[in-house]
Formats: sequence, structure tokens, C-alpha cells
Amino acid sequence: MRITQGTFSFLPDLTDAQIRRQIEYALSQDWALAVESTDDPHPRNTYWEMWGQPIFDCTQAEVVMREVEACRRAHPDRYLKVSAFDAKSGWETVRLSFIVQRPAEEPGFQLVRQEGPGRLQRYSLRGYACAHPPGQRYPRKAP
Amino acid sequence: MPSSPNDLLHAPTPPAGHPAPTRGRYAAGVIPYRNMGYWEPDYVPRPTDVIALFRITPQEGVEPEEAAAAVAGESSTATWTVVWTDRLTACDRYRAKAYQVDPVPGTGPGTAQPQQWFARIAYDLALFEEGSIANLSASIIGNVFGFKAVRALRLEDMRLPVALVKTFQGPPTGIVVERERLDKFGRPLLGATVKPKLGLSGKNYGRVVYEALRGGLDFVKDDENINSQPFMHWRDRFLFSMEAVNRAQADTGEVKGHYLNVTAGTVEQMYERAEFAAELGSVIVMVDLVIGYSAIQSMSRWARRHDMILHLHRAGHGTYTRQKAHGVSFRVIAKWMRLAGVDHIHAGTVVGKLEGDPNIVRGVYDTLRESSTAERLDRGLFFDQDWGDLRKVMPVASGGIHAGQMHQLLHYLGEDVVLQFGGGTIGHPMGIAAGATANRVALEAMVLARNEGKDLWNDGAQVLDEAAKSCRPLEAALDTWKDVTFEYESTDTPDVIGTPTVA
Repeated sequence: MRITQGTFSFLPDLTDAQIRRQIEYALSQDWALAVESTDDPHPRNTYWEMWGQPIFDCTQAEVVMREVEACRRAHPDRYLKVSAFDAKSGWETVRLSFIVQRPAEEPGFQLVRQEGPGRLQRYSLRGYACAHPPGQRYPRKAP
Repeated sequence: MPSSPNDLLHAPTPPAGHPAPTRGRYAAGVIPYRNMGYWEPDYVPRPTDVIALFRITPQEGVEPEEAAAAVAGESSTATWTVVWTDRLTACDRYRAKAYQVDPVPGTGPGTAQPQQWFARIAYDLALFEEGSIANLSASIIGNVFGFKAVRALRLEDMRLPVALVKTFQGPPTGIVVERERLDKFGRPLLGATVKPKLGLSGKNYGRVVYEALRGGLDFVKDDENINSQPFMHWRDRFLFSMEAVNRAQADTGEVKGHYLNVTAGTVEQMYERAEFAAELGSVIVMVDLVIGYSAIQSMSRWARRHDMILHLHRAGHGTYTRQKAHGVSFRVIAKWMRLAGVDHIHAGTVVGKLEGDPNIVRGVYDTLRESSTAERLDRGLFFDQDWGDLRKVMPVASGGIHAGQMHQLLHYLGEDVVLQFGGGTIGHPMGIAAGATANRVALEAMVLARNEGKDLWNDGAQVLDEAAKSCRPLEAALDTWKDVTFEYESTDTPDVIGTPTVA
């Protein structure tokens, strides 16, 4: 399966040139960029691991690209996303967020059911990869 | 035959001007509204006043100042004759004050339209109960629309003072929190209404929901008139739809939703349905505008208590919003609904099958989404409006739109909008999931291109063609609907000199 979180997951994986252009767009809007990673891509997992602080007061897309590269090297087996944060009044939230790396294999989610009274079902999603401890959830990509 | 003294058409009307109440002001009998204190051309509205802008078509022989004063009177304290009990009140304060009338461009002698007037009327804050659309609307549109002295009357716009705005809860969720809960940023959300809207069994209905969500939509929606009919009881629909939602979440790793329509005959039944939706884990429920303003406010409070997004279908609005001479403009309804507190509201598509002049639609979208709007006559916005940090409403564009229009939709409507492709998803030649995928790919490709600085207005069709090369469902969608457009003249357009509307 392919997890389709993020703004551009239905398109072919973005090239670095495409990622850079989206970062340039975010910078042109005066948004702060952040790089985050996870090995638990449950749709309700709000808090991915931050790769350092969000990058404020940045004007060069190159600076952000270097952080993306560094995070990829540190976590070649994780999902990575770039998020753009807008601190303007009335927003103060993420305005753009897209995946820039995903594991070679995406096993997806099991829909766990628990039969309740009547026809009620209690549903929960369990990532197949999350059967393993953090750090061992996705096979390493061949170097 | 002498005219009777209470016949407004023939009552003597002294020349316009500031009416100095005379000694006889409270003598029993009938005097023109303008002389009763409802016409005050020197009045300067206070920051806390509610201001209404009416489009008035007076009856033959009724001067605009008198018609405006009559509207002010009948929407505030007046009745048709002098009453001495006014003397027991601070009546000068409670009288609404018409303070300006302007001829509407393109009406009157030499045009096909009878002369119309824009009248501005100010209402003191003390006339209104806090946090009640029912009270606000009962004053402003309660009696006056059937008043004989005006041939037609339309409430065009209102300036709502922050002092009144802050007495309303507003949207239970708002655009910002909705996106944070759904973890969806930077692009319009995608939806579809299940079709056929009536007749499917619960099991078949849920199939449409599942296919559309797993194919790439964020939301699927009940239609306005799907409640609890013989072919599908509401509980059955909720159970099958939530099975579909959960399956699709597992398939995609995304948060998905189905707007479960909880509209019912009583508010108690709506609470029961909404509570079942919450118990099943739905992120969103919907109601129809026809349930009434107070019921909407009740459901809004319920939604806030249950962390639920509240979708509003504007069923019925076309009966009073569409015709320019008489009724209530949709921008006023949009303002009232932002106060009443809904998270989604259908607000026009520009390019689809339903009424929607681009400038008027833009004015409505701004009203729903901006923290404040400045006067823009060419967009139908007659006043500066400060929303006092009330949350933003997500507009919904629905009705006769398809993937081939994606660049136009993004151009006109921006990214904080739900684009709903019902027929454009379910009618796809390769199936429902393929239809959903086509829309999602078209959307993401268009947002990517816009962010890269591409000129969507001129090159959007090429962006779509390019994206279709690696997406067979999009290619099929473009082949099927590419040339489908709905080019009819809009009936509700702004009346401003010198700014022609390009449909």
C-alpha cells in the first residue's frame, strides 16, 4: 500500500528539484519550514519526531534542503515530511505538509475489529510495522 | 375620491430633509414614517450599531426616503399609526434610523427595471438579544418583507458590530482546527455526494462511500434529503457508512469522513442521531438549513461539546437568495451562519451547474474565511466587517464540477474549500474509486503547479494533460467531461457602475 497523507502523495514521489520549488514557495509566503520523521505513520499520530527546531527567518531553500538531506541520512528507513508553518494572526498553523521520503516497503494497517452490542463495531488501526519496536519497523534500504 | 389618511400611497409627504418632530408628533393619527424619526439623513452610525443595507423598490408615488423610513420603522419599533405608549420608552434610541438612500445603477427611467434604491438603516445594539440569530432575523426580516408600501425588498448586506459578534459561539471547529484534526494541509479538501441520493439500501450506500474514500476523497456526503426513509433507516446508513470510513482509513493511512446527515423532525431526534454518529467515531455530521436557525445553533453547541465538525447544506436558500429584487442575499445568510456556528457551508462554485457570479461568490467566500473584510462594492460587500476572531467557515463548492475544471476552481475558490465532485466521481467510466483518484491527482498536480509559479489560468489545461499521462483515471475523466460547461448568465450580480462582471 501507499500511505497518502500529505499534500502531494497521489503524485509520483517528488524529485529534489520539485521539493526545492515547494520550499521556495513556502519561503515566499513567509512560512517557517520544519523537517519531521516517524516510523509510526498512524493517521492520528500527530507528533512525528522533529529534526531540530523549525527553521525560522530563513531565505534560502538550500538551507532547508540540507536539513532534509541530513534527516534522510540519519533515518533512511523512516517517513519524512516537510511542513510549512504560518505564524500570521488567524492561522498560526501548518499551511503545507508533504512527504519527502518513505520506506521501501509500506506494509500498511490492519483494521482491528471488536464486536460490540447490536451491530456496533469498535474499530482501530494497527500499523503492521508497529509490531516491532521503534528502530526495527521498516527494513533498511540497500545502500 | 379623497385618499384615506392611513393610505401610504397617498399620504401627504413633505419634502425630504431632517424631520424636526413637531408638537403634533404624538397626536393620534397617521404621519409619514420619515416624520416619525425613522429618517435621519444626518445620523452617523455608531460602532456598535447593526447596519442593514436594503434594496428597495418602492410602490409608485412613494418617495425613496419615505420607503426607507418605512422599512426602518417596520423592522424596529413602528406600527402603522402613532401610539402614545412610545412616550414610556427611550423611543429615539430604539427607532431604527434610515440615514442614506442611493439609486441603484441600471434601474429606473431608461432601463428595463423599475427604479430601485439602496437604503442604509442603523439599529441600536440594545434592540438585539445576545447570541440569537432568531432574534436578529425576526427584527431585520420579520415583518417588513410583506409591507405594502414597497413593491419588492431585498436585504443585501449587514454590518455586524464586534460587540454583537462576540456574543456568538461561531463555528464549533473552524478551518484551522478542522485541518489540524484531519492532518490535511495546503490543498482543497475533496468530497462527493452519494448518488443516487434516494433509494440505495444501507449496504449499497456504504459501498459508494468506501469506493470514493479509498480512491482518494477526503469526505463523502449524505445529500440534503437523505434522512430516514423506508429504503434506508438512519442507523443502518450510519453503521454501513462508518464501516466504509474505517476500511478506507486502513487502506490509505489517512483520516477520512462521511457527513452523516442528522436532520430530523425534532431537535431531540437530531441529538439522538448525532450522538450515535459520535459513538461510531465519525469526525463530522451535517444538518440542512431548513431545520431553522435555532436548531442550527443548538447543533453547533452540541458539535462543540463533542469535538465534531458541523457541515451545513444550504437546502432551500434559493427560494429567497436568488432573485435580485426581493429576498435575502446569500452573503447575509453566510454571515448569519458564521455567527450561528457551522464549520462547512455550501457557497457556490462559479463554474458548476448552480447559480454563482464570480464576484458575488468571492464576496461570500471572503465573508466566510477572512478575519475581516473591507467594503468591496464590486463583490457585493457594502461594509467593512470585523469578525472579532470568530473562527473561519470552510466553504463547500458542489454541483456540476469535474476534474477538467480544476485550474479554474483553484483560481476562483483558493485552497481553503471543499470541492465536491458527486457525478464527477461516481459517474467515472472506470468506476467510483477511479473517479476519486482522477480528482485527487488533478488537484494535487494543480496545487503543485500553482506553488511552482505556473500560470494556472492560461496553462492549467496543460498541467492536467501532463498529470493524466501517468494517471489513466484522470485521462479518462478528461476525455469524458472536458467540454462540459454551464455558461448561463447569473441572476445575482453586483450593481456597481464601471465594474463589468465577467462570467
